[in-house]
Amino acid sequence: MRKASHIFKKEFKSYFVSPIAYIVISIFLLVTGWFFFTPFFLFNQANLRNFFALLPVVFSFVVPAVTMRLFSEELSVGSYEVLLTMPVTIFDIVMGKFLASVVFMVAMLMPTLAYPITVSLLGQLDWGPVVGGYMGAVLLGGAFSAIGLFVSSLTRNQIIAFIAGMAICFGLTLIDKMLFFLPQSLLGILGYLGADYHFQNISKGIVDSRDILYFLSVCFVGLYGTHLAMQEKR
Amino acid sequence: MIHVENLTKYFNDLCAVDQITFDIQKGEILGLLGPNGAGKTTFLRMLTGYLAPTLGTIRVKDYIIDEHLLEIKKLLGYLPESAPLYHDMLAYDYLNYIADVRELRSEQKLSRIRRLADLCGLNEVMHQPIGELSKGYKQRVGLAHAMMSDPEILVLDEPTSGLDPNQIVEIREIIKKIGKKKTIIISTHILSEAEAACDRIIIINRGRIVADGSTEAIKQTASGEYLVNISLQSADSKSVERELSSIEGVVDIGFSNGEENILGVRLTCKSSADIRGEIYRRIKQTDWILLEFHQERRSLENIFRRLTQEN
Repeated sequence: MRKASHIFKKEFKSYFVSPIAYIVISIFLLVTGWFFFTPFFLFNQANLRNFFALLPVVFSFVVPAVTMRLFSEELSVGSYEVLLTMPVTIFDIVMGKFLASVVFMVAMLMPTLAYPITVSLLGQLDWGPVVGGYMGAVLLGGAFSAIGLFVSSLTRNQIIAFIAGMAICFGLTLIDKMLFFLPQSLLGILGYLGADYHFQNISKGIVDSRDILYFLSVCFVGLYGTHLAMQEKR
Repeated sequence: MIHVENLTKYFNDLCAVDQITFDIQKGEILGLLGPNGAGKTTFLRMLTGYLAPTLGTIRVKDYIIDEHLLEIKKLLGYLPESAPLYHDMLAYDYLNYIADVRELRSEQKLSRIRRLADLCGLNEVMHQPIGELSKGYKQRVGLAHAMMSDPEILVLDEPTSGLDPNQIVEIREIIKKIGKKKTIIISTHILSEAEAACDRIIIINRGRIVADGSTEAIKQTASGEYLVNISLQSADSKSVERELSSIEGVVDIGFSNGEENILGVRLTCKSSADIRGEIYRRIKQTDWILLEFHQERRSLENIFRRLTQEN
């Protein structure tokens, strides 16, 4: 794990060396800020429900944009060879890159703490759902990062990595809203697959082990897929 | 030090490396020669753990590549072809990162980076992004990267490709400097480079070894002949031919007219016997004036072409 931390440090730093981090963070804050505060005063309720309702959709665009370069860039520049011939295991590499993406997500969420603080000044804010919401946001960011990382390890083209990652994340977000198109027998299973469904549970302030397990299993599947994809390349 | 046995690599149906077997001794500078697509880079990539062999094994010291990949990677320093690096990182940050991954202790790190910067001539570019460096400097950063942990084995894939002649000489100097203590494997298709820097040469063609030995040995066994060039004044080609072609061991004789009254003679001789003394004695008996006399081995280029263009 010590070696994974070196890779994490390098990846995290390189986000902030290039303009990527600043662009993604500004767009994220603009979009969430605009959509959260526009109807906020109309509802006249001191909660962050609108912010968290929006988050899965925004994350399905933003997270793949953050993860798209993690492997695709290395594959196209050729530094992938340098990476693999250093004395590190594939596990170290995958973990380092995954953590970089998750911590970046956390850094991106930090400025949004201004929303609950503002809201709590305006009215009586219930902090339970807020804490749950942020916890869920990190889990969601982790799950989407794992998916983005996996897609990125499959192609040397960053645009493909972005679009494919976005499609998968968006699909997971919307799947439980599409259920009325589907046969009755599949409802239970497919409903369980919906990332939004689990996220909304947590963001209500109800921390259920089933929801946490869902996000952790998506992480596991994504990371394991990445590991396999890298092994296959040898 | 390194033992390669029956190493084979298939890319789908294409056989890139075909049952290669050889040993590399400690302290040897080995040149891997071959035309483009011969399998040099594929072999090096298997040795460094980037690719997994389809068949066969590589043993480095007591480690087998399938089981102890991490230990082998620790022993190796690798400069990949065209030194692909992270373009948005500063040279210093990059080397620092490599030092971290190679687990140098923090008090050692700075002095090691300084030493490598001196050795590879990187001091003035340490704080520039790698993407903005010229090819030569990128190559040097790659070389510093390969030597970071002071590895016992250095693997350099075409270290001088794309460099200007001055840079080639500089890189060659660096390799010679470090080569005194380390085992080095260089792949190249520049023959003069291999000849200048390597103790031993392996020529690969279509994934197979076609020649293996010191440069001299390869030249002799591969050609079986050597050339003697002579310049004579006030001699005519007929009498020279009569006089010299009767020496035993002379296979062929050719003439070229240079400046006026100077005759260039080119003798092809069997490498089994050294007949230079006999040639000199014959010339001494005549009243020709000997201006020049030197032996020329068949150049590596010829041998290379012959070995790699067969079949």
